[in-house]
Amino acid sequence: MANCNDTLRELQTFLDNELSEDAQHAIRAHLGGCGDCLEAFDFHAELKMVVSRKCRTDEIPPGLMAKVEQCFGQAFGDGETSQSADR
Amino acid sequence: MTTWRRWPSAIEQSDAGRFRYAADLLVGSVRNMADREAFAAEAMQYTPQLYSAALRMTRNGADAEDLVQETYLRAYRSFGSFQDGTNLRAWLFRILTNTFINTYRAKQRRPQETELADVEDLYMYRRLDTLNQAARSAEDQLFDLFTDVEVKAALEELPHNFRIPVLLADVEGFSYKEIAEMLDIPIGTVMSRLHRGRKAMQKMLMDFAQARGLTAATPAAHPAADNPIEVTVHG
Repeated sequence: MANCNDTLRELQTFLDNELSEDAQHAIRAHLGGCGDCLEAFDFHAELKMVVSRKCRTDEIPPGLMAKVEQCFGQAFGDGETSQSADR
Repeated sequence: MTTWRRWPSAIEQSDAGRFRYAADLLVGSVRNMADREAFAAEAMQYTPQLYSAALRMTRNGADAEDLVQETYLRAYRSFGSFQDGTNLRAWLFRILTNTFINTYRAKQRRPQETELADVEDLYMYRRLDTLNQAARSAEDQLFDLFTDVEVKAALEELPHNFRIPVLLADVEGFSYKEIAEMLDIPIGTVMSRLHRGRKAMQKMLMDFAQARGLTAATPAAHPAADNPIEVTVHG
């Protein structure tokens, strides 16, 4: 059974879902019986979610989608559409 | 499984084969254009995410727009090398990241690789008791503790070699392996940069909290633990 130090050392890889199944299982087993570690894990899981959500609030500039569409013509050659491919 | 014939075989070079090969080419070019349009439509769904990531990288709206356009140009130009079954979103982020590193970053004054001061493990967690008690542990309150402007600023303050892995993992949810491939660094390096970058971000967020008066020098000054999060001392 993993102790607190071993468990906390794997906090990041566990929350990133990068541990092997066995290692995940060992962490879960420890968290099931250790309120202190569970609280620390919960906190960091929540913090990760907060970072993700707070960084997704940018509004995309009004003209950008049109500019991105123009990239298509630029990359594949203007005027080359599905119709002109029939020529 | 259909394999596109790229070169005419001997029989196709005979008169009889020539017509068939030309017809194949024509069908191929129509199909290719339809493929390109489908590809573009799918790729464009990711514009908002790519723009957000570009903003964190360049820290400037005009540069972020340029970076996104350059990314799509490169993506479309390398359409031929895109293989079905590849994760399109990861492929686009790889192009975005590389374009930023190779072009925009070169214009910036910061040194190429910057080290971070060491921050102890569990930095923010260990200091939660310096916050108003009401700010502790409850999940929605952690969410309300920092504004999105502060979280973005804390991320953007990281040197790019830490900022990009944190952005790709914590905001975009890419795996270590995907990030290692995008940045062409070993997985162990991804992990250590994430570890150190995240801690540095936590320290910056705590500094913001302190600047806003969110931290209590003496926790006893805020005894009302069951109050809602009334922690802003300076209005």
